[in-house]
Amino acid sequence: MSIVEIRGVDKTYQQGKVFVQALKNIDLTVEKGSFAAIAGPSGSGKTTLLNIIGGLDVPDRGDVRVDGNAYADMTRSGMAELRLCRIGFVFQAYNLLPVLSAVENVEYVMQLQGVDKKQRRERAVAILDEVGLSGRYHNRPAELSGGQQQRVAVARAIVSDPAIVLADEPTANLDSKTGEGLLQIMEKMNREKAVTFIFSTHDRMVMSYARRLIHIRDGEIENGKPME
Amino acid sequence: MDIKIAWRNIWRNPRRTIIIMTAVIIGIWSMIFLTAFMRGMVVDMIENGIATLTGDVKIYASGFRSDPALENRIRNPGPLAEKVQANLPADAHMAARIRVSAIAQNARHSAGVTLVGIDPAEEAGVSFIGDGVATGQMIRPGNPVDIVVGKALLEKFETKIGNKLILMSEDAAHEMASRAFRIRGIFSAELEATEKRFVFVSKSAARGMLQIGADVSEISVMLENHDRADAVAEKIAAAIDTEAYEVRTWKELKPMLKAYINIFDGYIILWYLVVFAAMVFGIINTTLMAVFERMREFGLLKALGMRPWRILRAVLIETAFILLIGAAAGNTLAFSMVYAIGQRGIDLSMFAAGFEYAGMSSVIRPEIFAGDVVLANAVVICLGLVVSAYPAARAARITPVEAMARN
Repeated sequence: MSIVEIRGVDKTYQQGKVFVQALKNIDLTVEKGSFAAIAGPSGSGKTTLLNIIGGLDVPDRGDVRVDGNAYADMTRSGMAELRLCRIGFVFQAYNLLPVLSAVENVEYVMQLQGVDKKQRRERAVAILDEVGLSGRYHNRPAELSGGQQQRVAVARAIVSDPAIVLADEPTANLDSKTGEGLLQIMEKMNREKAVTFIFSTHDRMVMSYARRLIHIRDGEIENGKPME
Repeated sequence: MDIKIAWRNIWRNPRRTIIIMTAVIIGIWSMIFLTAFMRGMVVDMIENGIATLTGDVKIYASGFRSDPALENRIRNPGPLAEKVQANLPADAHMAARIRVSAIAQNARHSAGVTLVGIDPAEEAGVSFIGDGVATGQMIRPGNPVDIVVGKALLEKFETKIGNKLILMSEDAAHEMASRAFRIRGIFSAELEATEKRFVFVSKSAARGMLQIGADVSEISVMLENHDRADAVAEKIAAAIDTEAYEVRTWKELKPMLKAYINIFDGYIILWYLVVFAAMVFGIINTTLMAVFERMREFGLLKALGMRPWRILRAVLIETAFILLIGAAAGNTLAFSMVYAIGQRGIDLSMFAAGFEYAGMSSVIRPEIFAGDVVLANAVVICLGLVVSAYPAARAARITPVEAMARN
């Protein structure tokens, strides 16, 4: 059963006076429970594709359907609700709120969802334990290493049981050992919680963890065949 | 958690927060303190005006105001005084007086004065003379020769307590009446003009000299709250014969005071707006800086599914914290200063001549009015939130992709 269906998506950006076509007639289907990597060199359109899947950006043409929701038919408010409840994000630069501790960062998404205080604290602590951050609950991002911050970001992304987690080069700012550790955590979450993961990368080690590789170059998908 | 985040966010850049809070503190302080100072001046003018034998409400015989001659006196005032008394609030004070123009003279000097025949006991709580004399003793009720004069008049006449002072005036039969009095006490007033203008004798002495029997010139009423003058005047007017008598409030008797109050009210609003206009640039600038620095965070929050209105609210909560803390500190500072200065007042005796011309004392005691405090705080907090809505809206409108592209 597919969780992401993309048909004929184009996206062009204007950089100064130059128009750059970031995505060209993209067709892509990702099955539920996948652990997929969008691989390609810098500027190939990986981030644009992830942003469009996540509803952060709007295609110029084409249809996007995620978890059964056709984006073309959705309001901004509906998109925000979908991102809040069904999509988790992990960014290259971690993007944690610096004024909140690790556990508060994880809790915050649940607070936006309206989960009560006691329940969200229990769930946040449990998920931080799962990503190996026991005892680091009350550290603020500045007191955590890059790898720890990214694990908090993964915890934040999966804490509310999303249908899909989109990770934009999640290991790019980490050393290889830390990056591998993070991937193992993501893979474990994918396996245990049946959460679909789609992440972008140009790192061969990261690609080796993916059960499906989607190669993208100059805005076009070269192949989308599953490796599993 | 939104409150916690807002609180922590404002302290991410403590120096900037303290600078803008200081601006709010100074703004609120200047609004409240300077308004209190101006109110002190106005209250002083009103108190001086009312206490200088005007009162909150005054009752005359018809025609006395346009021609304050003895023919226009209140004849047989007993029944009128009873009706007036019956319509006064319990905390009011009332006094009936004889008041006539006269010439005072001694061996060296003469001057035009206002001869006032009073009962000292009645004047307590009604006029400044009810507070007693500064030196010597008060006139004795029924005494035919006691006179109390102002300190300035005494100095002008180069005389002293115990000396004789001659008063001359026209009596009820239009004959020139004169009587020798002996100075028994000296009063001092806020205004030198008051000390030079009024001399006080007993009612019976004035009646005897002016041949007016038991009549009086006016009935003066003093209330605890000057703002109730209109209501009390209306009540009295409804109870008496308004063909024969006039009832006037201090606002009608002292139209300049009323005009000053209106001018001050307008000036206060103008002052508030000027201070706020100076503050507004700081508030907008600070909020804009705080927002632009954190655009990436706002983009993240929108990516996570936060709605624009929540981002708007988050920024407004931060501004509200700064405004509320600044306002609280500004109020505390202003109240403390007014309290500290209020006891002894601000001595502006170097400008005494100009102040006296306007009917003010040379020592001003700031007065805080609740309405002014509420207005100052409302202007700063409400308008501060309104102007910070612009940067907040900028934060709420940013798209996640735009925000993430910033670095």
